[in-house]
Amino acid sequence: MAALTYHAPNSIDDAIKILADASLPPKVLSGGTDLIIQMQRPKAPEALVVDVKKIPGMRDAEWSEDGLTLGPAMSCAEFTKRQDIKSIFPGLVEAAYLIGSTQVQGRASLGGNLCNASPAADTIPALIANRAICVIQGPSGTRVVPVEAFVTGVGKNCLEQGELLAALTLARPEPGTADAYLRFIPRTEMDIAVAGAAVSLTLDSRGVCRNARIAIGAVAPTAILVPVAEDILVGETISDEVLAGVAQAASDAASPISDRRGTVEFRRHVVGVLTKRATLIAAERAGAQL
Amino acid sequence: MSEAREYQHIGQRTIRPDGFDKVTGKANYGADLSIPGMIWGAILRSPHAHAKITSLDVSEAEAHPDVFAVATYQDFPSVNAEAVAAGTARKDLFDTAANVLADTKVLYHGHAIAAVAARTEAAAQAALELIQVAYEVLDPVLTIDAAIKDGAALLHDNMMTQGLLEPASAASNIAARMELKKGDIDLGFEAADIIVERSYETPTVHQGYIEPHATTVRFDDNGPSMIWCPTQGHFDVRARVAQLLNMELGQIKVVASEIGGGFGGKTTVYLEPVALILSKKSGRPVKMTMSREDVFRASGPASASQSKVKIGAKSDGTITAMQASLHYEAGAFKGSPMGPGCMTIFTPYDVENMYVEGFDVVVNKPKAAAYRAPGAPQAEFAAEMAVNELASKLGMDPIDLRLKNAAKEGTQTIYGPKLKTVGLEACLLAAKSSPHYQSTLQENAGRGLAAGFWFNIGGQSSVMIHLNPDGTGSIIEGSPDIGGSRASMQMMAAEVLGVSPSTLNPIVADTEHVAYNQTTGGSRTTFATGMAVIEAAEDIVDQLKARAAELWNVTPEQVDYKNGVAYNLSSDERLSLAEICAKAEKTGGQITGRANINARGAGPSFAVHLCDVQVDPETGKTDVLRYTAIQDAGKAIHPSYVEGQFQGGAVQGIGWALNEEYVYSADGVMENAGFLDYRIPLASDLPEIETIIVEVPNSFHPFGVRGVGETGIVPPLAAVGTAVSDAIGLPITSLPCSPPKLLELIMKRG
Amino acid sequence: MKTHVSTVVNGDAVEFLCSPSDTLLHALRNEIGLTGTKEGCGSGDCGACSVMLDGALVCSCLVLGVEAQGSQVETIEGIAHQDKLHVIQEKFLEHAALQCGICTPGLIVSTKALLEENPAPTEEEARYYLAGNLCRCTGYDKIIKAVMDAADVMRQGA
Repeated sequence: MAALTYHAPNSIDDAIKILADASLPPKVLSGGTDLIIQMQRPKAPEALVVDVKKIPGMRDAEWSEDGLTLGPAMSCAEFTKRQDIKSIFPGLVEAAYLIGSTQVQGRASLGGNLCNASPAADTIPALIANRAICVIQGPSGTRVVPVEAFVTGVGKNCLEQGELLAALTLARPEPGTADAYLRFIPRTEMDIAVAGAAVSLTLDSRGVCRNARIAIGAVAPTAILVPVAEDILVGETISDEVLAGVAQAASDAASPISDRRGTVEFRRHVVGVLTKRATLIAAERAGAQL
Repeated sequence: MSEAREYQHIGQRTIRPDGFDKVTGKANYGADLSIPGMIWGAILRSPHAHAKITSLDVSEAEAHPDVFAVATYQDFPSVNAEAVAAGTARKDLFDTAANVLADTKVLYHGHAIAAVAARTEAAAQAALELIQVAYEVLDPVLTIDAAIKDGAALLHDNMMTQGLLEPASAASNIAARMELKKGDIDLGFEAADIIVERSYETPTVHQGYIEPHATTVRFDDNGPSMIWCPTQGHFDVRARVAQLLNMELGQIKVVASEIGGGFGGKTTVYLEPVALILSKKSGRPVKMTMSREDVFRASGPASASQSKVKIGAKSDGTITAMQASLHYEAGAFKGSPMGPGCMTIFTPYDVENMYVEGFDVVVNKPKAAAYRAPGAPQAEFAAEMAVNELASKLGMDPIDLRLKNAAKEGTQTIYGPKLKTVGLEACLLAAKSSPHYQSTLQENAGRGLAAGFWFNIGGQSSVMIHLNPDGTGSIIEGSPDIGGSRASMQMMAAEVLGVSPSTLNPIVADTEHVAYNQTTGGSRTTFATGMAVIEAAEDIVDQLKARAAELWNVTPEQVDYKNGVAYNLSSDERLSLAEICAKAEKTGGQITGRANINARGAGPSFAVHLCDVQVDPETGKTDVLRYTAIQDAGKAIHPSYVEGQFQGGAVQGIGWALNEEYVYSADGVMENAGFLDYRIPLASDLPEIETIIVEVPNSFHPFGVRGVGETGIVPPLAAVGTAVSDAIGLPITSLPCSPPKLLELIMKRG
Repeated sequence: MKTHVSTVVNGDAVEFLCSPSDTLLHALRNEIGLTGTKEGCGSGDCGACSVMLDGALVCSCLVLGVEAQGSQVETIEGIAHQDKLHVIQEKFLEHAALQCGICTPGLIVSTKALLEENPAPTEEEARYYLAGNLCRCTGYDKIIKAVMDAADVMRQGA
């Protein structure tokens, strides 16, 4: 592994100072399930590693009137045990639960998954579908950025030197809203998503969709929203025709690559299938009578 | 010996003697040994799939203060061709040397070029950067088609195909051709009413043992040098290292550590000769390990294959002709298991007319190594798929078609011998009446079945059993235990001696403390080493009788020995084994039994597997719903470990059929060199693996044992392939049946 | 420059030196001398290095050694009580749930974590929980049988 110096600050301010002053490339250590692997790559440069797990609040998840404030370094294992979060955001919890094995779950975090910004990250589509906001703290103060703007490219996010993802916030959804996340992998566990789809729907008492947010992953450099699919849904009840339209819109919006995990054609087709299926699940959860 | 009989211990499910250490973390595997003064070795690996090494300069590395020694191919003393012809030498020694450390060419990405030994692992890795290598990069040859076409870049300028009808006139990438025949293949096809002809392909796959290669060695000028390594054959490691380093066998002691999986992949050498050179040059013990990535890039996988199969049959299902042309990828050096593939492909069938031609082809991939019934899964996949297609075309049940043509006692094999008693028919009948086959297939599911064959071998095993004055004892054997064989040795000795198995401690001794034992492979251990254990125990029984006779002042013929007790036939005196041992000092000294044998009469093991799958038509993903493995064990010494072999082989085969493959870039770099993207089956991917042990005893073994370790990987490729084909209603000819491939087939059909 | 780490391993206070870039797996095996935890891949894909870290099941190859400072680590060596095997270990032996045994330490640590979290798992739940522990020898069948049997016994006996 590349050489590193290790810091474990006890406050956000200390962390920000260390990150801002770093002369070596600074790396934030949350669960380490991506960072440690990256530092083992041949010719990985020496780094300054800032472990944020000892900072109060970074591993907590708390509700307020407005919604949920999530510490980015909370492990998926802890996060997915929270029934109070699962009952409101089942899809987001599903997405977090799908990251790797039980062992990876014991360390990996939503914040780490987001900041690492892999095109195939499982939580990013689900965070986007749920309109999650990133709270960023840095030397110049605090700013907020929606998740879909936080990720800027393959493995890239919008954090400047010295900045830290301090929290994720999710507004409490309106009644009749539910989410779902599905991904495709060749085995039943462990694999990186070949395609992923997250859907959040709000239905009214007649089962008509009032609001939809659809984000697809692993089929473009970053997770992307599919406004065309959302438009197909809004104002409609969930029918086979609507679902077929949603699937097609998702496939059309995708711009995947071929690699050892899937071909362009395969990913494009499957993301449509997943979007359709996730829409159905979200709708069922939102209390639709189908 | 072939009739069913009551056994005291054989057939029980004892707790394995090495179990306590294995469940507590105490057992020591290849990477677990550290010695005072130890330094670390690391290997420089080729960044090119095919290149000439135009210069290699290690001087900067050698000069570094942290570096103790550097090794290259030049450190192999010149290998004397006559010397290696003696003893257990192998013709592929030159290839082994150049694979362990490249000589003038690098032949695969990851090919070892040089090694350094330094104070720490990190220092050794850093020192590799100081080695200067210049290359003339050549075109990589990555497939059989690319290797055999005209004008292909040659891996070895002097490779002249062996076994051609006319001697080769020019070098090529085909190392060898082989031909086997029986009867008259043309007449056979003329007599056929229906012919099935198809081409199949299987990918490069890895044995997937969870323990990477590792070794700790200490070179010693004054006594045997010591090599500690996880290996299936420590005597073979000794022989190869001795030949490569020009040492006598007695100058090397190889200690077989516990081994974390082998499946054939740990029957050669990679790190050991290099580590010993570094130890010799540095004067320090040296430890080396392979990373998981190195294991994939540079240890020997199982050959990819292309097979063309043609089968002809009468409309009543009598098969009249079976023909195949098989191409195997050997990797960088000759020696794919093309031969066993040709020999096994049609052996489950008693058919008069057969013709098989095979080709061993080199490509710029790591040198292939054995993998559980080497060559057979690839070949029998093709044959069994074609036979299933034939059954379907004839409207015949695939079991009935096989029963009609099943190999049996007296069947003339294509490779020479006639089969003795075998259990294929019994397996087919067990399959037919199995709960699985009797069950209604789930809706939207597919079902497949396939047969499988592997010869099994006997060979040399040496065993001593020492008894202590209190009647306990040790079984000193030399077969590295890859799956629980020590339990079976304990049971077989206990059965003969009539004592409780836990009183006998089986030990896998190092090469100094036991005579030669052939590699644990070929499903030989329970059969051949078991036979030696039985003989050694019988030797003890003879001695016990003689000692009792002396104590009773009678002749040994007047002594009977049964269930651990010696009986004086001319009186009612009796002595237990423990009592005789207690008096051993008085009757001539302590008691040791021994047997050094070359076991003959290994019985082949046939198997039949059943598989139900469901395929998601929108994504091409396959779920295995139900799986049954039926196999002839002759006599199951420890049923749990026999079942375990069936299940382990089945799951490796399921992985081979569904998701496992080496993915290469156009430059010849493996893109999925890790367990994330080289996808072996997980616990959540699988259902229960039901097993049925068939016992058609092998009369050449005192308890009727047939080896079972290998056959189990043969049927799953076609059992799964046929099930998938049945589920999607389309032919399957290419493994793995990965989701993108299945989806493409499904969508093309529309 | 090495870092001094104070931690608790299997209930014992332990101190060791390691480079900040050394993993916990490396520290356990090479600095503390506990070689029961195995390296199968070094990248968190096989589970052979599974340990408990502050009550969470993790791959020790994806934890830095320095992160163990002030933490509690449980490894395979801490499962049995001196010579008395844990029920899970006994069941693995009884069901022949190991052949080569290299995956066994990781599986036993993981099984203990599973049954602490979910004392009555279904077979499917057990298979998914243990999906991160690769085994190449057994095909998992006897492992799952051992796990389910251990779960039964532990629920009855507690």
